[in-house]
Amino acid sequence: MSDVRLSDVCIAAVADLFRNDGEIMVSPMAPVPAVAARLAKKTFAPELVLTDGFNKIIANVAPYGVPDPDQVVEGWMPFRKVFDTLWWGKRHVIMGATQVDQYGNQNISCIGDFQKPKVQLLGSRGAPGNTISHTTSYWVPKHTKHVFVPKVDVVSGLGYDNAAKLPEVTRARHEIRAVVSNLGVFDFQTDDHRMRIRSIHPGVKLDDVIANTGFELIVPADLPETRTPTADEVALIRALDPKGIADKELGA
Amino acid sequence: MIDKRKTVDEIASTLRDGMTIGIGGWGSRRKPMAFVRAIVRSGVKDLTLVTYGGPDVGILVRTGQVKKVVYGFVSLDSIPLEPHFRAARQNGTIEVMELDEGMFQLGLRAAAWRLPFLPTRAGLGTSIMDTNPELKTVTSPYADGETLVAMPALRLDAAFVHVNRADAAGNGQVTGPDPYFDDLFCMAADKAYLSAEEIVPTEKLLEGAPLQSLLIDRMMITAVAHAKNGAHFTECPPDYGRDEAFQKEYAATAKDEAAWEAFRARYLDVSEDEYQKAVSK
Repeated sequence: MSDVRLSDVCIAAVADLFRNDGEIMVSPMAPVPAVAARLAKKTFAPELVLTDGFNKIIANVAPYGVPDPDQVVEGWMPFRKVFDTLWWGKRHVIMGATQVDQYGNQNISCIGDFQKPKVQLLGSRGAPGNTISHTTSYWVPKHTKHVFVPKVDVVSGLGYDNAAKLPEVTRARHEIRAVVSNLGVFDFQTDDHRMRIRSIHPGVKLDDVIANTGFELIVPADLPETRTPTADEVALIRALDPKGIADKELGA
Repeated sequence: MIDKRKTVDEIASTLRDGMTIGIGGWGSRRKPMAFVRAIVRSGVKDLTLVTYGGPDVGILVRTGQVKKVVYGFVSLDSIPLEPHFRAARQNGTIEVMELDEGMFQLGLRAAAWRLPFLPTRAGLGTSIMDTNPELKTVTSPYADGETLVAMPALRLDAAFVHVNRADAAGNGQVTGPDPYFDDLFCMAADKAYLSAEEIVPTEKLLEGAPLQSLLIDRMMITAVAHAKNGAHFTECPPDYGRDEAFQKEYAATAKDEAAWEAFRARYLDVSEDEYQKAVSK
């Protein structure tokens, strides 16, 4: 299995997050999730709805980052319909996170004091509406203490501790399914919804994960390794990402 | 025959200091940049910008004409972080109202519908509620009793949008793939101004384009300006893509005062015709 790359493991791990999502729109915001969504649609979840990243819903599973002469358009998804779809709840978004904390709060707004930030980022974008309306996951290509922080400077995406302060009716569709990084897969399936390690990628040591995380992770007694994608999946990933853009995202 | 044609400069000269203006498009996509350049030439100041922000924000913030920005994000798309906006935020020189981008849409829609607010769950539990203490909640009068954000109307003094084609009466057509929220910007504003790649006789509007492309109707529009390449350097499909080389040159001016002054002298302190000549080679 020497030809299996870390990026393949990450792609399969993100793809696995879409199992049992049903006929919903998946919105990946970076290369690894974009290839992952294609892998899922091509293998176990043909019902997923994917766009070209702009405003067309694409029926076929198109390779990432290259023109597709065989593109089949099955629908229109301008931004006004994106908002309709996300408030409807039929969406699973995989966002990035400049900071993510132990309860799954995410920050893409700014670092430091909001009134006079040390570093201005994008702005909160759709994170507040996404997280309270439908399933959200995060993809972090470089797992460090600067990203995995005890408490985010600004809450863009709603985490479990802040969601818990809202009535059940309001948070009914709130779900942070997982955070996938270059080191492992993390979820919030704990009594108090604090982040736990779901699995560690092959070749990664637990100490590395702990050393690069700025808070105490829940570590299960029996710690699984993230699954290695099958040879068929790896072949598909090569075909779906012919330029190896996902691999480059990991700095390989 | 209704004729609302004016130049971008005639339109920009009607703005007054302290106005709240909405700017259509999205990020670095189909932005009314000919209007933005005319606003720079007009010298109007203390503006509040309401926008799905791109270089419109960066330029007007850098020229010192902006007091406050209302946004969900500010981005150049292919360059994720808008460098002039970033500098202004980090220097603390502008006020902001940062919103979820869906809340932003509801604010425009409430203004368009002349409602005080529209309810939403977006924003609850997040910093949006803390950084905008003026945001209030409202409780459903029905059995659910749910407490929601009452997103206030984002009422505009003026709105600016750029489309592919228009007629002299102010009917506007988007032949590209995403209308964004340009119609809402127009209806949220006391006065709305349209620029277009091409002004055609009304009877030509449906040549080669479907009925559904007629996004803007003349009831929404105060005046219309012909502005070929008027979204440059942002994209305006199907007419043209983004001028990435120019956008890079623009972004690089944030790091270097002399580069900004040279950019300003060459591309902003000139007429729209001179600008178009300067970028055409």
